Amino acid sequence: MSLRVPHSRTDPLKSLLRMERFPHIWCPGCGIGVVVKCFVEAALQSGIPVEKHVVVSGIGCTSRAPGYIKVDGFHVIHGRAIPFAIGLKTARPDLEVTVIAGDGDLLAIGGNHFLHATRRNDDINVILVNNFIYGMTGGQYGPTTLEGALTTTSPYGFVEGAFNVPYLASALGANFVARWTPLHTKELTNTMLEMFKVDGFAIIEVVSPCLIYGELNNMPPLDMMKWLKDNTIIDHNADLSKIDVNFKKPLVLGNFVRRYRPSHQTRLKELVKKVVGGG
Amino acid sequence: MSERVSLLRAEEALLKPGVYFMQGNIAAAEAALVAGCRFFAGYPITPSNEIAEHMSRRLPQVGGYFIQFEDEIASVIAISGAAYAGVKSMTATSGPGFSLMQEGIGMAAMIEAPIVIINVQRGGPSTGLPTLVGQGDVMQAKWGSHGDYEIVAYLPSSVQEMFDLTIQAFNTAWTYRVPVIVLPDQRVGQMIEKLSVPDYNEIPIAGRIAPEEPPEEFLPFNSKYLVPPMAFAGEGYRFHVTSLTHDERGYPSTSHKISTQLVTRLIRKIRDNEKAIGRYESVLTDDANLVVVAYGITARSALKAVKEARKEGLKVGLFRPVTAWPFPYWGLKEAVDRGADIVVVEINMGQMVRVIREHFANIVNIHSMTWAPGDVPRPHDILVKIKEVYEG
Ligand SMILES: Cc1ncc(C[n+]2csc(CCOP(=O)(O)OP(=O)(O)O)c2C)c(N)n1
Repeated sequence: MSLRVPHSRTDPLKSLLRMERFPHIWCPGCGIGVVVKCFVEAALQSGIPVEKHVVVSGIGCTSRAPGYIKVDGFHVIHGRAIPFAIGLKTARPDLEVTVIAGDGDLLAIGGNHFLHATRRNDDINVILVNNFIYGMTGGQYGPTTLEGALTTTSPYGFVEGAFNVPYLASALGANFVARWTPLHTKELTNTMLEMFKVDGFAIIEVVSPCLIYGELNNMPPLDMMKWLKDNTIIDHNADLSKIDVNFKKPLVLGNFVRRYRPSHQTRLKELVKKVVGGG
Repeated sequence: MSERVSLLRAEEALLKPGVYFMQGNIAAAEAALVAGCRFFAGYPITPSNEIAEHMSRRLPQVGGYFIQFEDEIASVIAISGAAYAGVKSMTATSGPGFSLMQEGIGMAAMIEAPIVIINVQRGGPSTGLPTLVGQGDVMQAKWGSHGDYEIVAYLPSSVQEMFDLTIQAFNTAWTYRVPVIVLPDQRVGQMIEKLSVPDYNEIPIAGRIAPEEPPEEFLPFNSKYLVPPMAFAGEGYRFHVTSLTHDERGYPSTSHKISTQLVTRLIRKIRDNEKAIGRYESVLTDDANLVVVAYGITARSALKAVKEARKEGLKVGLFRPVTAWPFPYWGLKEAVDRGADIVVVEINMGQMVRVIREHFANIVNIHSMTWAPGDVPRPHDILVKIKEVYEG
């Protein structure tokens, strides 16, 4: 299967896609491809030279995204996209570094890096695709699996509880926090554009249920999309403590948090200036 | 990196040529700055802390950055990221942290990121003896991560070598695009002794080999080279790098042909250059009937024992590997051809001795003097072993 996009829109997007790598590996109906498309669109519109955009990922279905995007890209080991991105950004502050990875990668095995990068306010962008599950390894439960859900490692129902990602990121001090779905392409693209401008830690959660998750939990792909379409509300001022993902209530989307704490990298630069200037 | 600042200030902020009385760990940190290191990432652990502490003070003075990360995993990954952004980078740790870094070291080998890791060995296993000496990470340095790959590891034996070999480690890392490990033991890391810093124009400094092709033709892992030229992020090459098995374009591949090509090259770039990279020192081995093999602090004790043995008329010499990996086996060949007995002394339960057996078993007698971590065998202890073998 090859990627077909309406002809009028092909060319500009193609310039930032690794066309020779298509067809991509994602299942038909998966939302990750949409995230790639929005990223490419945003990168082209950003006004930042394409050679300054860098994408970094860990391991997983979502983490395959950089492999299709024609900017400098690093597909590192599972859970370690954030520290790799911090190394790049600290060494070369003129790079616009974006991490694209899954919930398991960023919040389970990489959870400690997420925690501390947010606290330090490292100047990176994070696009976290929350598909409720470990997609790449075949549907095991993860840190965003919903209460009671069936997965290949919770055959009797999930009994742990899920992270509320925007609430978590906000509590940790992120400068920018948003949540969208792959059905909100315009908003997602615009939010990415805003994210590029943030000096500090910026995160967009993209809620995009995995098809395996749907299969195991009686939600065929079309029903899932219909649910996302009909049961989302946009509330930029939502009380984040109440916006956990739960199919029994509407999914709250929006650009929730904007803070202006100077980033870790800005402060490191100031520190060097202070030390060298004074000495 | 504040490019201008580093260019203007770096030279004058480096340690001046001259003679110093300095700790090994601090000498290594200063050497890293001389080699061009401008980013350090680490997590505190005894007995390596002086390196991080010194770097946190010194890096800003030369326009570089220091980050104390949440763990050693993040630290080793971050320096690979910084290296791919074109900045020479390093971390330092000890046993437990070195264990945590292993997956990241394998990644650096796979994506050919030039990084330097100083592992100041303490006693193990596990949390072991945080403040005391060990040499138990020699095998881990080479085999610690999964899969087949090659690294380079140096075994400094003095404060002078902490300085010299740390610079050499950067040069090797950047020449071969490989993770390089500096593997002192706690005693060598924390001892204070004389250090001579030569004129900087006498110290060769290696950098990357930059691509010559235009971006459209650039293959980040071009198999035409054993060591492919390296593009940095942000230069317009728009290349892809993956920790998966990859083809010359850097794209994932499951082809056996590609896997063979990649793994073979990763190994060959070191093995084919083993004589250029590997180093050793031989003392009094020319006529020796018995050669003691020892490294790090143990080599200093062994040298004393060898001299004592000579006084007593025993023809004994010392072979000191300066690189653990590649192991400089060719330096022992002459003694082996002469039929000399070999006694390997190390502060572990018999690690390096396995390599010597691999090369020379069934040719000469190879004896292992094991020594549990926590202390250094005294010259007298080694002399007893020498006599036992020599006369036995
Ligand atoms: C250290 C390590 N442990 C486990 C794995 C196996 N693994 C590969 S992807 C993955 C999880 C993927 O889930 P997620 O990050 O949520 O991404 P998704 O595939 O759902 O997009 C795991 C556990 C690995 N590659 N490395």
